[in-house]
Amino acid sequence: MKRLGLIAIIIFGGLLFSITFELPDLGDASSPASTHVSPYYIEHTLEDTSVPNVVTAILADYRGYDTLFETAVIFSAGLACFFLLRIPERKAPKARFYRHLTTGLTLRIEKGGRIPEESKEFERIDSAWVPNDVIINMTCRLVVPFVQLFALYVIAHGHHSPGGGFQGGVIFGAAIILFAISNNLRSTTRRLSEKSSALLGSGGVIIYLGTGLLCILLGAGFLNYSGLSVFPGLDPVSARSYGILIVEIGVGIAVTAVMVWIYYNLASAGTQEEGL
Amino acid sequence: METIGTLIIAKYNYWAVVVLIAIGLYAMIAKKNLVKKIIGMNIFQTAIILFYVSIGAKRGATLPIIEHGHGESTHMVHAADYINPLPHVLMLTAIVVSVATLGVALALAMRIYFHYGTLEEDEIQKKIIGDEPDKIDSSG
Repeated sequence: MKRLGLIAIIIFGGLLFSITFELPDLGDASSPASTHVSPYYIEHTLEDTSVPNVVTAILADYRGYDTLFETAVIFSAGLACFFLLRIPERKAPKARFYRHLTTGLTLRIEKGGRIPEESKEFERIDSAWVPNDVIINMTCRLVVPFVQLFALYVIAHGHHSPGGGFQGGVIFGAAIILFAISNNLRSTTRRLSEKSSALLGSGGVIIYLGTGLLCILLGAGFLNYSGLSVFPGLDPVSARSYGILIVEIGVGIAVTAVMVWIYYNLASAGTQEEGL
Repeated sequence: METIGTLIIAKYNYWAVVVLIAIGLYAMIAKKNLVKKIIGMNIFQTAIILFYVSIGAKRGATLPIIEHGHGESTHMVHAADYINPLPHVLMLTAIVVSVATLGVALALAMRIYFHYGTLEEDEIQKKIIGDEPDKIDSSG
């Protein structure tokens, strides 16, 4: 099987290699890919949408349908992970574990015992030994807010610099996953629960879809943001710019939430406990 | 010798793509471990992304953000000054979708592991058939 596969790959690779001589040179400005529709995009983006970043304008406006369904695909992937892995919550465990934060001692409380009240001195953990590294915790606590701020900048400044909903959303999701890796899954789900990440994921898709439907209600086509110009202070061109911004925010929310949701299910094998 | 040099400079991106595609496809065909197959699939996706992005390149052009786009200046925009933005848009979404599909693939692998206790393809096949030696495909 291995040898057969290798022979097939060598034949296939040789065929591909022989085709490369027919393909346009690297950096050829007159290649078919660069002469058909892309000159229109580059030359008309500014007057159509007043967005200097052509990539953002194509992503959310010219090819808005594509991006809408890509967002739906990402949400479906999150949903698929949920249905594949999620295990319904088991019955109340025999014993609960709490960590005394200042000393690092672990308390084991049997069923019927007195459970510590919500306080800053005790933290509930999932098993008798959950690593608690002060250096890693403090470093991530310093880094995470700046990563999140950078993610918001990437989303909000996507019109004028490289960036947008997908990139910013992934960075924001990575910041939350970094927090989950450096602390534990329980303290992360306390801040962003699984339910709210699922709701945010669908909410992001609904923001995108709702913008398109709002454009229909206002008398323009689906995802034709110039319909938003009925709002005061907007002309059709700047309305497109704002429409792109709303859509990018929706994409950013959806991507963030789905990344976190997939991580929760994968890292804990569906139990939403312990984690990595 | 100069022609060979110019040929290499003109086509080396495609050769890198071909090498990556071959590695990814080989991993998907020949490896028995499911996680290695998933890694092969990701290498294949990376090759496609490299192919698209390298098609968008133009010599002497800059990144597709229109200069002086913030003021009201109505200067002409020449398409030759900016690289092709379309492949970048397509790959932007493809990267994020590939991460999401990677998550689904890993979730499936996890379920298979819980069910059969292994990720090796031939061992899974044995457990499906039920350890009857005459039914096992010897080539697999």
